Amino acid sequence: MQVTVTVNGEEHTSEVEPRLLLVHYLRDHLGLTGTHWGCDTTNCGACTVWLDGVPVKSCTVLTAMASGHEVRTVESLEVDGVLDPVQQGFMQEHGLQCGFCTPGMMMTARRLLDDVPDPSEQQIREGISGNLCRCTGYENIVRAVRWAAEHPATEEAPA
Amino acid sequence: MTVTDTENTGSTEPQLSPAGNPMGFGRMLRKEDVRFLRGHGHYVDDVQLPGMLYSAILRSPYAHARIVSIDTSAAEAHPKVRAVITGATLEGLNLAWMPTLSHDVQAVLATDKVRFQGQEVAFVVADDRYAARDALELIDVEYEPLPPVMDATKALDPDAAVIRTDIEGKSDNHIFDWEAGDAAACDEAFAGAEVVVEQDMLYPRVHPAPIETCGTVASMDPITGKLTVWSTNQAPHAHRTLYAIVAGIPEHKIQIISPDIGGGFGNKVGIYPGYVLAVVGSIVTGKPVKWVEDRSENLMATAFARDYHMKGRIAATKDGKILAVQVDVLADHGAFNGTAQPTKFPAGFFHIFTGSYDLQAAHCKVTGVYTNKAPGGVAYACSFRITEAVYLVERMVDVLAYELGVDAGELRMKNLLRPEQFPYTSKTGWEYDSGDYPRALRKAMEIAGYDELRKEQAEKRERGELMGIGISFFTEGVGAGPRKHMDILGLGMADGSELRVHPTGKAQLRVSCQTQGQGHETTFAQIVAHELGIPPEDVEVIHGDTDNTPFGLGTYGSRSTPVSGAAAAVVSRRVRDKARIVAAAALECSPDDLEWTQGRWSVKGDPEQGRTIQEIAMLSHGSLELPEGVEGHLDASVVYNPPNLTYPFGAYICVVDVDADTGKVHVRRFIAVDDCGNRINPMIVEGQIHGGLAEGVGMALMQAIAFDEDGNCLGGSFLDYLLPTALECPSWETGATVTPSPHHPLGAKGVGESATVGSPPAVVNAVIDALKPYGVRHADMPLTPCQVWLAMQGRPARTDLALT
Ligand code: FES
Ligand code: FES
Repeated sequence: MQVTVTVNGEEHTSEVEPRLLLVHYLRDHLGLTGTHWGCDTTNCGACTVWLDGVPVKSCTVLTAMASGHEVRTVESLEVDGVLDPVQQGFMQEHGLQCGFCTPGMMMTARRLLDDVPDPSEQQIREGISGNLCRCTGYENIVRAVRWAAEHPATEEAPA
Repeated sequence: MTVTDTENTGSTEPQLSPAGNPMGFGRMLRKEDVRFLRGHGHYVDDVQLPGMLYSAILRSPYAHARIVSIDTSAAEAHPKVRAVITGATLEGLNLAWMPTLSHDVQAVLATDKVRFQGQEVAFVVADDRYAARDALELIDVEYEPLPPVMDATKALDPDAAVIRTDIEGKSDNHIFDWEAGDAAACDEAFAGAEVVVEQDMLYPRVHPAPIETCGTVASMDPITGKLTVWSTNQAPHAHRTLYAIVAGIPEHKIQIISPDIGGGFGNKVGIYPGYVLAVVGSIVTGKPVKWVEDRSENLMATAFARDYHMKGRIAATKDGKILAVQVDVLADHGAFNGTAQPTKFPAGFFHIFTGSYDLQAAHCKVTGVYTNKAPGGVAYACSFRITEAVYLVERMVDVLAYELGVDAGELRMKNLLRPEQFPYTSKTGWEYDSGDYPRALRKAMEIAGYDELRKEQAEKRERGELMGIGISFFTEGVGAGPRKHMDILGLGMADGSELRVHPTGKAQLRVSCQTQGQGHETTFAQIVAHELGIPPEDVEVIHGDTDNTPFGLGTYGSRSTPVSGAAAAVVSRRVRDKARIVAAAALECSPDDLEWTQGRWSVKGDPEQGRTIQEIAMLSHGSLELPEGVEGHLDASVVYNPPNLTYPFGAYICVVDVDADTGKVHVRRFIAVDDCGNRINPMIVEGQIHGGLAEGVGMALMQAIAFDEDGNCLGGSFLDYLLPTALECPSWETGATVTPSPHHPLGAKGVGESATVGSPPAVVNAVIDALKPYGVRHADMPLTPCQVWLAMQGRPARTDLALT
């Protein structure tokens, strides 16, 4: 079937199988490998992207369902060479180790901060509880999100 | 000139580099983040090659069954299928079985029978992921079910089905018996002891479950005969040798690339059938073949960890002086003995179970058995089973405290090794390098406010509220290891390193270890900066590609800093020594007249006269006449053979509240004081500790892979195998003491697994402490609400079996 999906502001029209998962469309068809995949059951959140501004687990969304809609992935966070405050926060606070959960985590965090610009620790923990991380014990992710909340204006990107 | 390999230089405050990084040790933001944050990490599943095919594995639905027949004709007829491979195909290539790291063999694809649920039965290569999966449905396998052996405690029963009928003459499920320590001395200590306490405990089967599953892309060039393998692995060089042995491909024609790895934790040490099958698939089709497992495959079929049934005994005086510890272990190794550890140690380093205490005697006996479960056993940040050892002794100490009616903190303080006893040889033969244990425990108790917590607990108990405080004190042994004692498949556990300083003074460091998130690209650059005065931003760390790095055994058992880190320090010092000769030639003086100050050789007493390392780099490549025996260029290589393990340690305190109505445990606080010697990048060290603490909470409260009696795996997805989220984890409270390792060139000790090793008993001790009013002395992990509730009823469950 034919789908037309807007990804990071760019429209893509593709011929796909009706059962193609959005995560595979992004990764295998569009080459946007920043979105990862880590489970079969919508538990880990490594595949989190935005669908019309709402974080979704792209392993449980059919590409067909995204047709005519807007998808936003981690690749869109940096704008004109300037990292999003969330990206900077993750760097400053060592919010990532292997980096595998990080894109999904950051997409969730970005939305959380858009909705709740000054979240408490508990709000952050609840906000990211649909995203698993095996490396960081979450502490520095919480701090990274707080850092981003405290530095809402994007600054110079780290090298 | 000699290289000073033991100098201790970790504590000085470094200057800053032009980019604002420490010129050596200190907090430095990670270089690798630059790509990860942008979604530009390059993981195995991101590899795309022209003409690449995809593959999938058909797995056994049974835990134990004879294969009657396999019909692949319908799958082969699928228009997108390129190859279907079965055990029979592999038998023809002599590849149906492969050696494990523990003197056993493992089926690549089942031939005679299947031995665990999820075992590999057939392999399909197709044009895309979906078609490969579709084709699996078209394969028709007829099984004749056999009785499975699911309960390790019954594996040696005379009527238990024999799992390994492939081993000639095998008539039971016994793998090995192994012991350590002095049984007679132990018996004597127990016979004379005033107090003897026994406790059975299970360290259940758990799975490391990194968020990235295992996978590989194999590409055999049919013309050159070169095999290139991208794979999720923690030990690329060991893998290369293994592929050569397994597949008979000449080792110089094999290149293993571990690109970015999405977490390892021991899951990515071994070679799995899928990896070998992708190689076979590429040879058969002449195309690159990708194989990436899904989460269920990962949980059901790749390296699990632990599964130790332990019978502990502890002997003490009435006033709480611990005399001896003895333990019998029944080790469930699954269907193939595939534990990954130094060859001479079938129970890994479990015999460090005397822990942090000064004992008169100790003895352990370990019996390994086959069951109809996936192989593995040593994985999951366990430091070769020190997790099980620490859990055993730290639970036993709490059980003793319970019986003696004394405070668990006081009891530990009374029995901890004292600083003046180091270096200390334990009763099972380990040589602890350095430590100040009471200081670490005191510090943890201070941070926790231990006395106030006990007061609060007493008040809560009066009101019927359940609050628990758990302590654990651990001694780790990491950095395997001295090649005389430690090898993997005959490969001594020494690590190579190479350093090249380019003419303009920028450097490339090549290391054999493999980061899975530990930040090697940053930490190792800091080591070079520390030793040579080259800014860390000017040092590129190259790893994870066997064609471009020296040989070494890889990253697991917290060995990167103790072994490869030491190699990086020593190779830097070799370059420094070479630079000294070049500088002396340039300054027309004797090398002996020069002294080193950060990044510069200068004339003693005339510091103006000198050359920076960058100037020396250019001189080394230039036309300067060098003395006899110096060939020019500024580089060196080294193989570092560690003289001993390093022994990090720590004191952990966990505070929990338990809901008496539901059995739900809330981890309110967790205090971790770690001593890992000198810290190269304290930010990264802390991050490693945080991660391990979360794993500990997960293991203690949530994670376990159990089986029902028919052999069904009950933890085969993230819906069943629960991992901690941000909500189950408290905000970690960390502290540090620093006792440098006397034999590591940087005084560092390694830390990657300390928290995973040390934290589970702290959580369990806390929960059991909370349940004291109910007379609970022990209950096995995971302490799920159900298990806690059952423990309160006086009937805790066996967590390795299905609840009935
Ligand atoms: S891959 Fe989508 S939630 Fe795990
Ligand atoms: S950084 Fe590795 S899973 Fe989160």
